[in-house]
Amino acid sequence: MMKPTYTIALSGLNATDNPGPGVAVARGLREAKSFESRLIGFAYESLEPGIYMHDLFDKIYQIPYPSAGIEVLKARLKYINEQENLDVIIPNFDAELYSFMKLEKDLLEMDIHTYLPTMEQFEERHKVNLPEFGEKYDILVPQSKAIFDSSELYQLAADYSYPLLVKGKFYDAYIAYNIDQAKNFFNKVSAKWGLPIVVQEFVRGDEYNVTGLGDGKGNTIAAVPMRKQYITDKGKAWGGISIGNKEMLKITEHFLKETKWRGGFELELMKSQDGNFHLLEINPRMPAWIYLAVGVGQNIPEALVNLAMGNEVSPYTHYDVGKMFVRYAYDMIVNLDEFEKISSMGEL
Amino acid sequence: MQINKNIAISDNGFLFNPATGESYSVNPSGTELLQHIKEGKTQDEIRAIFLEKYDTDMNTFDKDYQDFTEVMKQHQLATKLPNQ
Repeated sequence: MMKPTYTIALSGLNATDNPGPGVAVARGLREAKSFESRLIGFAYESLEPGIYMHDLFDKIYQIPYPSAGIEVLKARLKYINEQENLDVIIPNFDAELYSFMKLEKDLLEMDIHTYLPTMEQFEERHKVNLPEFGEKYDILVPQSKAIFDSSELYQLAADYSYPLLVKGKFYDAYIAYNIDQAKNFFNKVSAKWGLPIVVQEFVRGDEYNVTGLGDGKGNTIAAVPMRKQYITDKGKAWGGISIGNKEMLKITEHFLKETKWRGGFELELMKSQDGNFHLLEINPRMPAWIYLAVGVGQNIPEALVNLAMGNEVSPYTHYDVGKMFVRYAYDMIVNLDEFEKISSMGEL
Repeated sequence: MQINKNIAISDNGFLFNPATGESYSVNPSGTELLQHIKEGKTQDEIRAIFLEKYDTDMNTFDKDYQDFTEVMKQHQLATKLPNQ
């Protein structure tokens, strides 16, 4: 049978030491068995490494930052669609998801499919709302509070003890051991990511992650738990191993069943010394280590595209335990004219 | 002493706990000890084998056995059987 060919656009091409998932997602799509793909990379900056990976991406377009507004993004996507006739867009950054969710209907009118969580799902899992989320869905979460002013740190003394985590609304988290450090981190993170800042109880333990895919009806289409083996100074996994942890899979199924999550996701869990898993964060997209899921037998990017296209997708029921990913840095040699083209024309 | 279910042990003494992702390396004596435990031998049986095979005494073996199995338990790799 002839396989369809889909033109799929995706962002997150920043395969740096704080990597976006785009390159890993693209690798999964290239290995898809159910369709052929033409991959269009969406970049924000001209030095995102994925831009120059010509074996993965057929064409690159620069897109406007979310701060430029939804209408500017819509106009750019319209132009790109006229050139490329897109079938699917996979946004891979937390910060851009809101714009793409808002544009879901407009995109569909252009015959462009997405597979994103609903606005309600996106908002309620936000780290600012995590305590309410935990209570609503009966999931163990650390105590946390969103604050808008560093003076509020003093008022937290009654309910929190140091160390505590100071987290940005999208990215970044620092462990503060005293009020002075907490104030410093508040200023540092708020300058970069804005307000509010989330102050979270520090749970001592081992960090685990699950990536998966929900079909929006409460079913688990895919789920792969991973233990980080090598963590960078930014807290990112540079190496990890797939594990067969039934408790983590149970939490994932519970999360999907209760929230009816639609799309890819990553659960960040901390196993405390009493053996309980605490849900630290829900990332509303595939993680940068998504290629491990592909490598252990669950091609989540492929399944996500099929769901977006309305194709029937059978849930994955198996994955290989004990397979590792080890990330590496690699120097590409890039001709200046390519850099010039993406920098000045916004296309490559 | 019983090695926990699912713990993978290679011939080279590499242990992998699939539930936690932790891995460990043990030396040749440890590998041999693990093999005996895996086969369900008791401490008395393993002691007899080691005393016969190696230049060691009962007290040293018992101390090393206790140390080794305690570490195994701490890392949730093994459980003590009720009659041991």
